[in-house]
Amino acid sequence: MAFRVVHYINQFYAGIGGEEKADYMPEIREGVVGPGMAFKGAFKGGAEIVATVICGDSYFASNMDEATAKILDMIREYKPDAFIAGPAFNAGRYGTACGAMCAAVSKEFNIPVISGMYPENPGVEMYKKYAWIIETPDSAAGMRKAVPAMAKLALKLLKGEAIGKPSDEGYIERGIRKNMFYEKLAAERCVDMFVAKLKGEAFETEYKMPVFDRVDPQPAVKDMKHAVIALVTSGGICPKGNPDHIEASSASKFGEYDITGVNDLTSETHCTAHGGYDATYADQNADRVLPVDVMRDLEREGVIGKLHNKFYATVGNGTSVANAKKFGAEIVKRLVADGVTAVILTST
Amino acid sequence: MKLELHRLSIKSLKFGDNTGFKDGTLTVNKAELLEMISEDPLLGKNIDVDIAMPGEKTRIIPVKDVIEPRWKIEGSGQVFPGMVSDVETVGEGKTLVLSGCAVLTAGKIVRFQEGIIDMSGPGADYTPYSKTCNVVLVLEPSDPNMDKHDYEKACRIAGLKAAAYLAKSCAEADSESEIETYEYADIKTGMNSLPELPKVGYLYMLQTQGLLHDTYLYGVDVKRILPTIISPLEVMDGAIVSGNCVSACDKNSTYSHQNNPVIADMLKRHGKDFNFVACIVTNENVTLADKRRSSSYATKLAHMLGLDGIVITEEGFGNPDADLIMNCWKAERYGIKTALLTDEYAGQDGASQSLADSCPEGNACVTAGNANEVIHLPAMEKVIGYAEEANVIAGGWNGSLSEDGSITVELQAITGSTSELGYTKLGAYTL
Repeated sequence: MAFRVVHYINQFYAGIGGEEKADYMPEIREGVVGPGMAFKGAFKGGAEIVATVICGDSYFASNMDEATAKILDMIREYKPDAFIAGPAFNAGRYGTACGAMCAAVSKEFNIPVISGMYPENPGVEMYKKYAWIIETPDSAAGMRKAVPAMAKLALKLLKGEAIGKPSDEGYIERGIRKNMFYEKLAAERCVDMFVAKLKGEAFETEYKMPVFDRVDPQPAVKDMKHAVIALVTSGGICPKGNPDHIEASSASKFGEYDITGVNDLTSETHCTAHGGYDATYADQNADRVLPVDVMRDLEREGVIGKLHNKFYATVGNGTSVANAKKFGAEIVKRLVADGVTAVILTST
Repeated sequence: MKLELHRLSIKSLKFGDNTGFKDGTLTVNKAELLEMISEDPLLGKNIDVDIAMPGEKTRIIPVKDVIEPRWKIEGSGQVFPGMVSDVETVGEGKTLVLSGCAVLTAGKIVRFQEGIIDMSGPGADYTPYSKTCNVVLVLEPSDPNMDKHDYEKACRIAGLKAAAYLAKSCAEADSESEIETYEYADIKTGMNSLPELPKVGYLYMLQTQGLLHDTYLYGVDVKRILPTIISPLEVMDGAIVSGNCVSACDKNSTYSHQNNPVIADMLKRHGKDFNFVACIVTNENVTLADKRRSSSYATKLAHMLGLDGIVITEEGFGNPDADLIMNCWKAERYGIKTALLTDEYAGQDGASQSLADSCPEGNACVTAGNANEVIHLPAMEKVIGYAEEANVIAGGWNGSLSEDGSITVELQAITGSTSELGYTKLGAYTL
């Protein structure tokens, strides 16, 4: 039986109209519409477009959440095995809509999602992590090239076949690292690359060095006497027994813990969940990582207004930047809501 | 310097009355081995020795270190100098090697950073130590509240003693060994030979963050050294020993030091692609001043030696990424070309950046894979050690161990899976 595919296109490719019809509300039609015919040919019976979603580009852009929810509902009853959007070439709003729908469908139904765009389409940068985006020329003249490549990749994904490198398959690099077994030991590959570099020959690094976010520090707090200071740590300090089971490495969560009336963290009350350093001294006296005792001194001495009554902790060890960013954003939201002036961040 | 490795190929293991080698089988007198190990008052009464063979449905968890049995039968010094033998210089003479055999230290966990070795199934593909005939020491501390540093040391020494003992007990079978000869010239001779080839070195970074993240060189805690020069042949005799409790996937086991594949490959290509003149060891300390001092000193040594290029290997991840990157750009600014060997922590979905530090000079980088990738390890018929540790070791989480005995963990939890000495074929690419 052929795999079931749902296809997403805009009002233009559905033949409804151009810019004047861009506020067209989402609808779903059974079978193929517009470029779906070309996919039908390219699938050669291996997959079938069971339904086509049509949505105006302006409507989607102005009502993203609503449109997404509506379209997900429309798709659901067709039980798709894969979702194809576009190709959008260099059409910005269309590309963004294709990317957003791919991301939403992937999250909701956990099925392969494929689109096609020109590399400079803004949808690429926004959604390449969430979707397979075949690189296409910048206009619809490239349809003949785009469709077979998208269909081929879709069939591979549907069959569960291994996906090769971007240059082999024609998709835009997603920035997702995937393990594989090479023919040689990593040591031999490294010496090979070393020799090539020494000789001035061409070589391809296995990992392109990342470029980092740089965050400018906030201006200094002028009025410390009235400031509410919070403690936040990636050193894993938590109530003894690690009630939230924060992982020793590659943390999937952070903890929020009340320290109202707590003047000192002791081996009876607190410990660390962190697996990246020797926990002996943190377990003996968790103030060494999260200095509640010293902060209470400063509070008594009137140096600071108040120590915030909650602290936040996670484990930095082997934790992905994506998770760390997520934790940071959520913690900050709560700190701001609680009227915290400044934060002391302790690492390990 | 000339070192002969006399390899006895171990194909099977059994317990018996006399420890020794015959027809490919290593017989182990369990009582004698246990007696020797239990001399240490820090180790408890319920210690045991077990055997795990390639292909068996056996899981060993938690594993601390892996050591290859070796014993010097000729030449100065003895294996694991400064640890279980005198401090004299090693790296020349004749050393007996029980190839295909390893001693594993396992049992009660020291800390979170210990690993899993499956002898068969999908997990076995990721660890080099599923292919060795393993003599497993199942250890425990004599006092459950013992200081972790004392217990770590006791486990470390027990493993080294067992490895030396097993090889020593096979010395009579030396006539059956296959001989590999390694020669390494002094620096003056080395520098004057092969003038047409670039002079290169190996910058060997050792995990020395302290507090159970330690490595030893001739018994010296490496976080206390300034970078120094060592001959690759000394490494083969166990001059570098792991005392690490850092994530299992990329801590360099003592075994991988003894068999350092970067050194092996550089020796193989010496005289053809380059002139391999020096091996520099350096540390990965935690303070910024230490990082700056050691990276400046190590690259200065490379510069003083007039090297044209160096291969740099990291140990561990995160904090040591900063040492790797400093070593890289400081060498490059001397005009010394670098190639880097590391591993990645790109998140379970592979979508995050893989390293904690970076520099544009690091344009030749090989990785041993993404340690965060998740693997499912089916239940095994036999577990040596404590399966429940899967829920707390680095790379596991609460619930990693299922009721059916299967384990779901990141590769991080598998011993040697993303070895940054490059002892596996794993790598990664970008989707």
